[in-house]
Amino acid sequence: MKNNGSNSNSPATLLPKCPTGIQGLDEITGGGLPRGRPTLVCGGAGCGKTLLAAEFLVRGAVQFGEPGVLMAFEETEVELKANVASLGFDLTGLVRRKKIVVDYVHIEPGDVQESGEYDLEGLFVRLNHAIDSIGAKRVVLDTLEALFSGLRNEGILRAELRRLFRWLKDKGVTAVITAERGREQLTRHGLEEYVSDCVILLDHRVNDQIATRHLRVVKYRGALHGTNEFPFLIGEKGLSVLPITSLALNHKVSGERIATGIPRLDAMLGGQGFFRGSSILLTGTPGTGKTIVAANFAQAAARRGERVLFFSFEESPNQIIRNMHSIGLRLEPLVKRDLLRFHSARPSLYGLEMHLATMFKEIAEFRPHVVIMDPITSLMEAGTSSEGKGMVTRLIDYLKAGHVTSLFTSLTQGGHALQQSEAAMSSLMDSWLLLQDFEGNGERNRVLYVLKARGMAHSNQVREFLISSRGIDLVDAYIGPSGVLTGSARAAQGALEKAAVLSNQQEAARLKREVERKRAAIERQISGLRSDYESESAELRRIAEQVGTSTLMLTTEQAESGRLRQADAKVAVGSRDRARNGRVN
Amino acid sequence: MKTKTLKPRASATRRKPAQLWQLRLYVMDETPKSVTALANLRKICESHLKGRYRITVIDLLKHPQLAKGDQILAIPTVVRRLPHPVRTIIGNLSDTHRLIVGLDLRPLE
Repeated sequence: MKNNGSNSNSPATLLPKCPTGIQGLDEITGGGLPRGRPTLVCGGAGCGKTLLAAEFLVRGAVQFGEPGVLMAFEETEVELKANVASLGFDLTGLVRRKKIVVDYVHIEPGDVQESGEYDLEGLFVRLNHAIDSIGAKRVVLDTLEALFSGLRNEGILRAELRRLFRWLKDKGVTAVITAERGREQLTRHGLEEYVSDCVILLDHRVNDQIATRHLRVVKYRGALHGTNEFPFLIGEKGLSVLPITSLALNHKVSGERIATGIPRLDAMLGGQGFFRGSSILLTGTPGTGKTIVAANFAQAAARRGERVLFFSFEESPNQIIRNMHSIGLRLEPLVKRDLLRFHSARPSLYGLEMHLATMFKEIAEFRPHVVIMDPITSLMEAGTSSEGKGMVTRLIDYLKAGHVTSLFTSLTQGGHALQQSEAAMSSLMDSWLLLQDFEGNGERNRVLYVLKARGMAHSNQVREFLISSRGIDLVDAYIGPSGVLTGSARAAQGALEKAAVLSNQQEAARLKREVERKRAAIERQISGLRSDYESESAELRRIAEQVGTSTLMLTTEQAESGRLRQADAKVAVGSRDRARNGRVN
Repeated sequence: MKTKTLKPRASATRRKPAQLWQLRLYVMDETPKSVTALANLRKICESHLKGRYRITVIDLLKHPQLAKGDQILAIPTVVRRLPHPVRTIIGNLSDTHRLIVGLDLRPLE
């Protein structure tokens, strides 16, 4: 057992304790009920008083070697045996092996006439005889209050009860006395005034048509105890109290990373996927593919040879297998190899506590590496929101303590993905992926992004999430000035860009041609001008030649004529100059 | 069963011999309550059932295992085994009226 009376870390002066063996109760009470003293267990009808008492006795006999006496005032021996048999307790066998004595005390109201004074020595004798016959260490008096309906003289009865509890203490037995819950006090007949060492209150409350049992240690004289109300449940193996607050945040963490089964998603999560033993929340509106991501993760883990436990609260295993087959996931062989196990239950089947207990049981049996809850939100609706969160907390703590990676899908109502409840739950989660719809252009497209991923670098990008018969693909969504574009809009945008590029190219080509043409034109002009120039210069040369020829001819002619006239050219010129000067002076 | 059986004092040979009353008185030791109860029971039987009754006194101190059979809680307890049905009266039987009602005794005519 986890704790027992002689707890090594407790001071020597502490009360010796008597372990109940009831899961969780010994944790709350720090080792069990006060040894050798009576404990009062009170509660309303049907809250599990008798079962708690019976389990205390049976576990005492089986696990701790302490025989016990069950004195029943309300149920006969046969009824009791049948009732506890449903919890897997073999009361008949224990009685046969002299580990337990069941004594049914029959009191019929009005059956007994009272005449004068009496005491309850008969009860003492019977109890004493029963205790001594097997050397009992534990005693259960199941609803001692039945005496109040059978006996009219309350004065005598109260005095005798006081004597009984003192007698039990003197006898050194650890006793559990059950009592009906009273209106204003803990018990209907005020039994708490006699039993002052330890009082445990059981409660059965109904919230939104779903009942949850609670246990509270009202009083524990001389010992520290958890004072909170703890949910408990009656399962197939007896009671289990689920202390939330006793779970400490001290689990070991792993640096190992595990792939998600979607390579692009791994890339978004720092290239390696999730941490082993982390808790992952996958939020999305209806039809965004949460189950698909979860199934991918499950398949990837199972293919690595890890055990995967898939809790489904909305679909049957076969339906999931069939649906996932349509996108290329083959889960069936993994189920056959017992690497993947499904557990489907409607959330409304029973209360949260029962769900939790069932899950704990499954997890303890299968010892999975990965646990998937699809979807956690519909399970949380089975209780109030605080209960739901408490349950998720306990579940995550339990899984983390066992290094189990957990993936929870969460269904968000309506268009807005971030709801209050998700925000509350997300604080418990290490990674949070968001799946969202984008509607536009007459179509709906899915996108995925990583909202948070504790302890790893992760992509801040929105990825479009495509589901095809080949599986999941993540593609870059178009992010431009007009926002995120997905689906055909993304395709259209792509085409648009292509067209723009093409037209740019064409424009460039056109410009090039133009330039070419211009150059050609200029060159043509240049060659035209050059030929003009050349023809002109040829003309010029011709003219120059002509001029030269004619000048020569002229000079020759003048010389010829002067000679002919016999005139001195020099004289003629000089006389002309003199004449001009004479006119000026 | 080592019990102290008290034979009826008077002759039980008067009428209705079949109507024999079998009474058991459970006590613890010879306490004043037990002694008073036995005395009171005898007195009533003598006056109402003269010769037709038998009282068995069972001391639970000596025979604790016998308490279970008749569902004994209180001491002293008188159990009317016969005639049927079984009736139980607890106390020192000082309240004669209650005792008569409890045993369903009709006064002798």
